[in-house]
Amino acid sequence: MKKKFNFLLTFMGILCVSAGAYAADLKVGFVYVGPPGDFGWTYQHDQGRKAVERAFGDRVETTFAENVPEGADAERVMTQMALSGHDMIFATSFGYMDPVINVAAKFPNVKFEHATGYRRADNVSTYSARFYEGRTVIGHIAGKMTKTNVVGYIASYPIPEVVRGINSAYLAAKAANPNVQFKIVWVFTWFDPAKEADAANALIDQGADVIMAHTDSPSPLTVAEERGVYAFGQASDMLQFGPNARLGSIIDDWDPYYIERVQAALDGTWESTDTWDGLAPGMAALGGFGDMVPFEVRAEAMALAIGIAGGRIHSFTGPINRQDGTPWLAEGETADDGTLITMNFYVEGIEGEIPQ
Amino acid sequence: MIEIVPRTQKSNLISATIPIMAVILTMLFGGILFWSLGKNPFETIRMIFWDPLMNETFADYARPQILVKAAPLILIAIGLSFGFRANIWNIGAEGQFIMGAILSGSLGLYMYPQESSILFPLMIILGIFGGILWASIPGLLRAYFNTNEILVSLMLVYVAEQIMAAASIGFLRNPDGSGFPGSRNLSQYPSAANLEIIAGTGIHWGVATSIIAVLFFYILLHKHKFGFQVSISGISPKAARLSGINPKFLIIWCLGISGGLAGLAGMFELTGPAGQINIDFNVGYGFTAIIVAFLGRLNPIGIFFAGILMALTYVGGELTQFMLNLPAAAIQVFQGMLLFFLLSMDLLVNYKIKLKRS
Repeated sequence: MKKKFNFLLTFMGILCVSAGAYAADLKVGFVYVGPPGDFGWTYQHDQGRKAVERAFGDRVETTFAENVPEGADAERVMTQMALSGHDMIFATSFGYMDPVINVAAKFPNVKFEHATGYRRADNVSTYSARFYEGRTVIGHIAGKMTKTNVVGYIASYPIPEVVRGINSAYLAAKAANPNVQFKIVWVFTWFDPAKEADAANALIDQGADVIMAHTDSPSPLTVAEERGVYAFGQASDMLQFGPNARLGSIIDDWDPYYIERVQAALDGTWESTDTWDGLAPGMAALGGFGDMVPFEVRAEAMALAIGIAGGRIHSFTGPINRQDGTPWLAEGETADDGTLITMNFYVEGIEGEIPQ
Repeated sequence: MIEIVPRTQKSNLISATIPIMAVILTMLFGGILFWSLGKNPFETIRMIFWDPLMNETFADYARPQILVKAAPLILIAIGLSFGFRANIWNIGAEGQFIMGAILSGSLGLYMYPQESSILFPLMIILGIFGGILWASIPGLLRAYFNTNEILVSLMLVYVAEQIMAAASIGFLRNPDGSGFPGSRNLSQYPSAANLEIIAGTGIHWGVATSIIAVLFFYILLHKHKFGFQVSISGISPKAARLSGINPKFLIIWCLGISGGLAGLAGMFELTGPAGQINIDFNVGYGFTAIIVAFLGRLNPIGIFFAGILMALTYVGGELTQFMLNLPAAAIQVFQGMLLFFLLSMDLLVNYKIKLKRS
């Protein structure tokens, strides 16, 4: 009996040693708010992680923790990551902001990268993408493709990022089609395929024939496919979820940024920065057009995208009034980043209220 | 042939050893699960149960963190256990947890930034009151209209979540938060903060309260008339009625206690580890506490250890994610197995399994 037990202990010992034998130059942890299988937000961050693995091979080891709630749990997960020898941590949700700052203060040698936040420190960088630039382009396509002149918009939470997306999509759709009308449903979730599908169905019942979504799952696109209307891929390309419905897509492409930052950490040149990149460097990218999009709409959309990427076109160029009719941007004036970052109002023409 | 035969007498020995057997069975079947996912089962289970407590890299940080994670589970589970003993099923502790946080948080945010030494005690009272208020809805409805408290309390969780969402983007939103959802951070407001008792550990007043609650409710359950009334009502409602126990009184008190403790846990969580009222404030403590209550055999001392064990699977489970690349869902299955084995083995308390030759 004792002999057997000893054998078991030795066996366990061997397994433990063999598991800890291998070490890379840099250990990078990723903290995800959802599952990598959401085919949206977290999926794209996980694609970025895989791109890092491909780019650096054995030099970099990556790990991740998924479904980490924002708040106290996130702080614990990141602390344990730092304790376990991670050199760099990507925290990929806005709600990780305070936990990142707290943990970063305790581990000055660990480099933190926080997506979509605004608090920085010597070892905390922030990064986000100008998704609204992509929304200008797909907003234009939506305006051109709608027959009923009703575009349905599934919005997650009333935060500046989402409000900005609605405004930029609306302005572009309105410019493409003066009769267009937006119907907006707030679902108060980032990822709930059933709820997102309900919202899409409700919008289609109200006459929407193009669905835009600012949530993470492909279910609005799946519903559009079933109901024979149009929609877009959101966060990832999502072509496989609605081949007949998908007009185009906005893709969050974190790969280049993640590779660049990991490279900087390896080289010892990493420092705290704030990045808000758009279509130009490709952090917000556009997927291919659906077959149903006519040639001239493609050409216009491409021209818009190239103009934005080249800095000749800005998504928010005056004259633009606020929803209540008060002037916001004068003729030819473009919005400054400060206003965009805290945007909490609709532009003129959008019906309804931002939930307060 | 296998036959299930009722026991003439309840087996106390089996009743006491069931939690241990359930843990062992969970480890066994969990190990098979981890093995089938291509992980080393010994290493995985060691990492869940052993590393947070003993690994020199993690233990100093993880040990107090386990208590921090366990504290709300223990507080809520103790409250639930009284009702469960008396066959009163409060499934909505999650909602009561939220309402305790909202009510106490509202006062704290209203008083901001004035400093006052009575603010924190007042918020504690409001936290308890918020939980009681929310639990009294299913309580009064069950007592006077004989509605099903399971459904009513559960549905009120979703109502509470909506109020939480409305508060985070509306009436409790941080006016200096640049339009993002979420209230001010109460843990950074000295008068309202649930401060660390032992510096650097994260151990806060909620942890101390949960330990006091264990002792207090242990005495209440075993030495006080109320505890006896609860126990007798669960075993034989008829006997309870004949001995003059008012069932309405019991329903309202049991739901009140569980609601009050859940609200209190919500208050401590809000002013301490969570810091702010936000859409994702609640992370399921109210539901997990149901597992903890049963794992602890509805006994305060048992619940204390069950809470620690459950917290251990969370903290250790996180380790397995980024140390061994185990998916989060595998840990949830593992936790689910624990409850499954526990409840299914309850059968052995009242029945025995006999092998019979056909």
